[in-house]
Amino acid sequence: MKGRRNQLSLFRLTAHELHDLLVKKEISAQELSESIFSRIGSVEDRIAAYITLTKERAFECARAVDRQIQNGGETSPLSGIPIALKDNICTGGVRTTAASKMLADFIPPYSATVVKKLDATGAVVTGKTNMDEFAMGSSTENSAFFPTKNPWNLERAPGGSSGGSAAAVASGEAVCALGSDTGGSIRQPASFCGVVGMKPTYGAVSRYGVIAYASSFDQVGPITKDVTDCALMLNAICGHDPLDSMSLKSDVPDYTSHLVNGVRGLKIGVPEEYMSTEMDSGVRAAVEKAMAMFGSLGATVDYATLPHSSYALPVYYIIAPAEASSNMARFDGVRYGAGAGDAEDVIDLFIKTRSRGFGPEVKRRIMLGTYALSAGYYDAYYLKAQKVRTLIKEDFDRAFLKFDLLLSPTTPCTAFRFGEKTDDPYQMYLTDVYTAPANLAGIPAITIPCGFAEGMPVGLQLMGRHQGEATLLRAAYTFEQNTDYHKCFPEIG
Amino acid sequence: MLISHKDVENVALLSRLELTVAEKEIYTRQLGDILKHFKTLGLVDTENVPPMVQVLPLKNVFREDWVGQHMSREDALSNCPDPEEGYFKVPRII
Repeated sequence: MKGRRNQLSLFRLTAHELHDLLVKKEISAQELSESIFSRIGSVEDRIAAYITLTKERAFECARAVDRQIQNGGETSPLSGIPIALKDNICTGGVRTTAASKMLADFIPPYSATVVKKLDATGAVVTGKTNMDEFAMGSSTENSAFFPTKNPWNLERAPGGSSGGSAAAVASGEAVCALGSDTGGSIRQPASFCGVVGMKPTYGAVSRYGVIAYASSFDQVGPITKDVTDCALMLNAICGHDPLDSMSLKSDVPDYTSHLVNGVRGLKIGVPEEYMSTEMDSGVRAAVEKAMAMFGSLGATVDYATLPHSSYALPVYYIIAPAEASSNMARFDGVRYGAGAGDAEDVIDLFIKTRSRGFGPEVKRRIMLGTYALSAGYYDAYYLKAQKVRTLIKEDFDRAFLKFDLLLSPTTPCTAFRFGEKTDDPYQMYLTDVYTAPANLAGIPAITIPCGFAEGMPVGLQLMGRHQGEATLLRAAYTFEQNTDYHKCFPEIG
Repeated sequence: MLISHKDVENVALLSRLELTVAEKEIYTRQLGDILKHFKTLGLVDTENVPPMVQVLPLKNVFREDWVGQHMSREDALSNCPDPEEGYFKVPRII
């Protein structure tokens, strides 16, 4: 047809660009889905982003959107847009595994609130993406099924735990995706794969139907190709949910109204404690360049201090496993998950089910958390960690009296090679050093691409005040409008 | 050594996990290595610092006591490994 876009390149476009084409009837939602699934067909054997594809369901949704457009109905910004979901987000009738053998055949009888919200906008779910088992990990190497490859270099990890979602967006196997972030699990893989990822304020997005890892940190958020798409996704998924008792009651603004190109007068702090830690020289260079860029655009950039920074990682790796050890208790082989038909008694059923169903990292964190909560160690570990968490949050409160947002690298290194950090668990944990603090304080944080180091993407993290997503979006959007990093697309070898 | 073989056995028992001899070796070493990094918290003065309970200013979240949608028994049992006559079945306890 005359004037029609080459369908083969649609997978490179953002949701807002595709929305324009859909509304102008230059493409149909069905053609868009065909383009994405054809892209999946050509690169998925190398990327391995998905555990489950939902092609049939996707085309049904796409056709419904097309009928709506034909009939002149309202088209919401995500109508017809192919979106991938991390596999710890329950999809009614569609297998949801959390990348664990424990849930290899689990078909949820209900959908998570975020899925219902996306469905209501007419978004097209492409499938369920790979992750570290139960979101515990930073590389997808802890998936019980297979690791996902980084689209920028197939010998490197995509990061994790939302590695499948980040790789899917970066490689064009989905236009947008949802991930979950407990200590950096959206931002670290988004940074490793050169895309945008946001962890909203704790309580901004419902956790109902999201398989719990560490409940006081878990938050669902978007992974997208640019900041505009991030705002569109936030508009769709944020909001109060009576089914999540930690859900914020405030109204959801139109986040796209904060996509303003201008940071004049904005006060940006750079935590000196973060900058004085060890990091790759390429990461440091890219972040320092970003600092200068914000300065030249009219923001005030100065060093900030978060005195308890060096304690954030130990605090996170005590509290998160402690909460995990409690959350994982539900996997007992009685109500769902792989059972143990050969159990002799009820304790034996629990032991056999859990010993066979959980992978090594999940077992490690359950035991670590159980230890930190057990008699004799509770005060020294768990209680101490919760006290230091208070001090870490107060550091942020003080910093935000002086600054509108805080800027740092997202991770101290770029994507590492497979197997590079699997022998020493703490080396893997260290990749969360700049991301976990936002979860401890419950504040929002975004990562945007800010350059490359030896061919691999570098992520810039911006952290904001509690419910300060709007300021993050404005600053991130301004950076994006003045750079081209978000337009880089990997050649998949 | 911050954590002994025996500690790991005890923690595994509390966690309802069965470990092989090789796993016990590995976890004793790895958990010990991880715990070493936690010792630094001992340096922080937390006298009079209240432990964090939650990061939100929410208190007493109430709602109306209405009957909402609920799952059918069939759906609730749809993932049960070993149901019987509409119930979740567990091995004999008494």
